[in-house]
Amino acid sequence: MLEALGLTSVDQLFEDIPPALRATRLDLPEPEPELHLAARLSALAARNLTDLASFLGAGVYRHWSPPAVDQMLLRGEWYTAYTPYQPEISQGTLQSIYEYESLLAELVGLDVVSASHYEGAAATAEAALMTCRATRRDRVLVSRAVHPHYRETLRTYFGGDLELEEVPLVGDGDAAGTTDLAALERLLGDTARPVAGVIAAQPNFLGLLEPMPAIGELAHAAGALFVAVVEPVSLAVLAPPGEYGADIAAGEGQPLGIAPQYGGPYLGILACTDALVRQIPGRLVGLTTDLDGQRAFVMTMRAREQDIRRDKAASNICTNQALLALAASVYLATIGPHGLRDVASLGAARASELEQALAAVGVPRVHTGPYLNEFAVRVPDAPAVHRRLLDRGVLAGLVLAEAEPDDPSLADGLLVCATEVTTAEEIALFADALGEVLGGRPPTAVEAGAGSDRRIAAGGVR
Amino acid sequence: MSVTGPRLQPTIFELGRSGRGGGKIPHPPKDALDRIPTAARRAVPPALPEMNEPDVVRHYVNLSQLNYAVDTGFYPLGSCTMKFNPKLNEWAARLPGFANLHPMAPDAAAQGTLQLLFELEVALAEISGMRAVSLQPAAGAQGELTGILMIRAYHRARGDSERSEVLVPDSSHGTNPATASMAGYTTVTVPSAADGGVDLDAFRAALGPRTAAVMITNPSTLGLFEARIGELLTAVHEVGALAYMDGANLNAIMGRFKPGEAGFDVMHFNVHKTFSTPHGGGGPGAGPVGVGETLLPFLPEPRILREEDGSFRLERTGERPTSIGRMRSFVGNTGVLVRAYAYIRAHGGSGLREVSDDAVLAANYLKHRLAGTYDIPHDRACKHEFVASAATIKKRTGVRTLDIAKRLIDYGFHPPTIYFPLIVEEGMLIEPTETESIETLDAFAEALIAIAGEAATTPDLVTGAPHDAPVRRLDEATAARQPNLRWRPMTGVQTPCPD
Repeated sequence: MLEALGLTSVDQLFEDIPPALRATRLDLPEPEPELHLAARLSALAARNLTDLASFLGAGVYRHWSPPAVDQMLLRGEWYTAYTPYQPEISQGTLQSIYEYESLLAELVGLDVVSASHYEGAAATAEAALMTCRATRRDRVLVSRAVHPHYRETLRTYFGGDLELEEVPLVGDGDAAGTTDLAALERLLGDTARPVAGVIAAQPNFLGLLEPMPAIGELAHAAGALFVAVVEPVSLAVLAPPGEYGADIAAGEGQPLGIAPQYGGPYLGILACTDALVRQIPGRLVGLTTDLDGQRAFVMTMRAREQDIRRDKAASNICTNQALLALAASVYLATIGPHGLRDVASLGAARASELEQALAAVGVPRVHTGPYLNEFAVRVPDAPAVHRRLLDRGVLAGLVLAEAEPDDPSLADGLLVCATEVTTAEEIALFADALGEVLGGRPPTAVEAGAGSDRRIAAGGVR
Repeated sequence: MSVTGPRLQPTIFELGRSGRGGGKIPHPPKDALDRIPTAARRAVPPALPEMNEPDVVRHYVNLSQLNYAVDTGFYPLGSCTMKFNPKLNEWAARLPGFANLHPMAPDAAAQGTLQLLFELEVALAEISGMRAVSLQPAAGAQGELTGILMIRAYHRARGDSERSEVLVPDSSHGTNPATASMAGYTTVTVPSAADGGVDLDAFRAALGPRTAAVMITNPSTLGLFEARIGELLTAVHEVGALAYMDGANLNAIMGRFKPGEAGFDVMHFNVHKTFSTPHGGGGPGAGPVGVGETLLPFLPEPRILREEDGSFRLERTGERPTSIGRMRSFVGNTGVLVRAYAYIRAHGGSGLREVSDDAVLAANYLKHRLAGTYDIPHDRACKHEFVASAATIKKRTGVRTLDIAKRLIDYGFHPPTIYFPLIVEEGMLIEPTETESIETLDAFAEALIAIAGEAATTPDLVTGAPHDAPVRRLDEATAARQPNLRWRPMTGVQTPCPD
């Protein structure tokens, strides 16, 4: 090629870099042959502790992902293509996105589903920005029982001219741990500062079920939009946002067949009513026909997007999570509506067993309200207990004092969950270990290694 | 129905039949949901399709075959760096130790991944000449927003509240002005100079006490290195503004130019471009940001810290009060970053420099092959991509760049990016990448030359293209005017399933 160009060295192609700004080398390790690199990567992966009896959820859940899901994703036609700018040779991706939009629309009960955002927190931030654009107001209320990472992300996105306020939670009684409706009403009543949107999660971060219809009514009465943050598997059994009047649904799609993989790539779900279709950011795929009248799919309503509208776009999003949207679709198609209901119900059943087993060793729930498959328990000196259980092969959920340091009611809390992959043996191991740790008896050597030969039955898409 | 050709597929909603599927999940106890209040329960079950696994698999395999992809052929989509995605990286990301790690697992359970991420930050800092890197942003555009929010935090921390503008050249990616708007800034678009580079005088005229930042893509979206970058960075800093580098085109300059050393204050990396992580039909990506000393305090949280004993931990919420905060949940798109790490280790420092050398050589070779048939508006050494134009062909024959792009499909190639950057008439932005053989480059050049001939002799053949794709050109106007964005049974009646 150099010869064809009449050059003697590739250096000649870099002469336009000003000499004073030229770099000479990269101080990085030498190239590594695949055999050695594979060993290095295996060793790094093996340093992580994943063979644990895990009760950790907090927004990311272990589920059985049928191997068909990952095997479909491994087809190069899916994962080595890009955005379907040329619809004639991208009908696979386009139809799969249209099917994703349709499947999620069924699940959330809203008509318009964006073809994916980065993950749950960024999707929620986009939802909050949508409410400001749609209402031309600039104040958003978020329940304190929305995941702390989501609230932190909202704060980052709202650092400019937009205002974000948190709605406190009920302190005691049966509604403890859920959004305080009286406080919400007071915040909405400040007519000098009208509210664009109200954000609440179902189930909430503490696993509790929120009075979503009531929150929605209060929001709408004040002229605000209602954003529901949802967990998609739960929607097989819990009322979907469309049933209780939410205008926008946002959430984390990871539970739909996607592996935990330490934070992503996941799937940001964002959906809205027809009335808000011009405000929703992200790709939309619609059904149309080709010149021969043949049914086909195409990216549409592109005038909302950054490559067309530039500084007037609904968002700067370009690259999204299309492959994970595909994973969710294959998961839903493979597991089916009855399977999904079984996943959610079995998780609830396992969580009931977990609640009983922990109560039997003197570890009660923090709250009394209904939950689906995740709840907080009160454990004296929770951070230390959590560490000691890890030594015994148990990942005892989330230390709430670390996740919600500003809430004294959670100081002794562990947030624990169960799903369909949780086994009776894991629950027994957790309860026994917890009982012993709290009883003060030091673990025996056998007990200390009790978790080491366990294999967690959670496959998934990465 | 054709035996070998791509076949359009019914939707999964048309394939579902009541009673199919099952066998995946054990049945729960009948009373599993009894403790859930009726008011919180779903009244109408979601109408998801019921399918057997073989039908699901066949559906998605057949659908996949309607796609063009890097694994099926040459994909010279300018600005997107559609290089080969090494298969080792897919294997690595699926190792159970990586894949099954919960993002809120204690640091003690995540030492392998934390070490990998820490080493990746160090490598990206070296490649970019930046002081430090955050891996948190989920994609390039989110990296841009992270960078601009850090710049905003920097000005505010200095009590400098008058800065309201972000300057971008007219050749910039759409994400740049969209990002500036999201951060509450007004975008000022600066025209390019005749040679395709930044117009230094125009920039100097636009710069002032209201300028918060300048966003520059280097090499530019025309595939040209900004020869006046040193002067521009000096001018930016003289007025107290900061310089953002859009790293979309980093694939051209590894080991040749380090933006941080040259004076950029912040940049993002598109690991799905430069570092070979798959594009996934639109995503996922990852968009780490690198910063110089100035913006170091403002990096998003959590950072990954190495303790004195050599162990790693995540920064705690609020531990560094100057941080702009979180951009998203958890640490980042770790599964994507594992792949990027594997790519960087496989190539090493010398290999990455060769990557850039070969990408630039391939682009210059292809440009050379097309010169004379297509207009080359900026005929000097390009970097990893270049713009060709069909302006003269259009004038002579009426055939447009869009038509030529569609005709390339019949020749078995993915078309380049077309009509971007916006400043070139009938432009096509061609990026071959370093992973293509000279035979592929020659075949592509010959196809484009043949199409130029067809434009003169049989223009209808070109304007009617594609002829061999699964579908012909689409009615995009109706799709936008009467959006059909979800399946409803009625839709199937209106437009019957193809088979």
